[in-house]
Amino acid sequence: MSENRHMAFICSKGNLDMAYPALIMGWAALGNGVDVTIFFTFWGLDIIRKKTMDRLKLPPVGIAGMRTGMMGLPVDIGIPQIMGVLPGMTEVATALMRKKMEELEVPPISEFLQMLQDAGAKLYACKMTVDMMGLTQDDFMDGVEIVTAGDFIDKTEGAQIIFI
Amino acid sequence: MSDDILSTVAFDAEGYLVNPDDWTPELAEAIAAREGIQLTEKHWQVINFCRQKAAETGKSPTLRQISVGTGISTKELFQLFPKGPAKRVAKIAGLKKPEGCI
Repeated sequence: MSENRHMAFICSKGNLDMAYPALIMGWAALGNGVDVTIFFTFWGLDIIRKKTMDRLKLPPVGIAGMRTGMMGLPVDIGIPQIMGVLPGMTEVATALMRKKMEELEVPPISEFLQMLQDAGAKLYACKMTVDMMGLTQDDFMDGVEIVTAGDFIDKTEGAQIIFI
Repeated sequence: MSDDILSTVAFDAEGYLVNPDDWTPELAEAIAAREGIQLTEKHWQVINFCRQKAAETGKSPTLRQISVGTGISTKELFQLFPKGPAKRVAKIAGLKKPEGCI
């Protein structure tokens, strides 16, 4: 049999909305019999840090797609960017996204990552960023391995790579 | 022998049963064999759950729904039905392709 299809995701962002793409696509890939590797680097490390993984935020500044309709208001208009910097807006947007995700039966990040690992996904943390941020193995959820960028390249030979 | 039973019913291009009424436990055994799976009691627990769920909702359950509903871990589901449990169970159970992402 020929080698199995392999997809590798690089998560470089740690906002809530940037955590889900790799997790959802990775889960779909596993469900299709595809091997999955996820490499977390820079702010993406927050996704696998025990302290932050279930506290990721969605800051509305810079997201043009934020609309009042999403907040459950009857008029669906864009939310002015200046509103995004008001105190509490990030918390409101975050709570809103969490609620929507829950309605779609999307599990919280920590549970989702455990499901991915149970289904065979490999999770790696970027060594250079780990060192830069002064983190250690203990900061990460079980099953995460700290590897260098070079190791990641070796481990994903022939894989399709998606940068998020 | 199992080839005979498979040739009496129609499958779509992806291997899902076209007419749900054609499904029988014997057919499930034959489809599983074609997929390289020997059905055990545990497999049947999953198949029966999925058929029941599909009868209730009209949709094939997603992997997470199967795991939560049966109490069988994700890890074990991948061992029972390697390479994509939700889709493989749906095929064996004579259900439609699962649509959910989770």
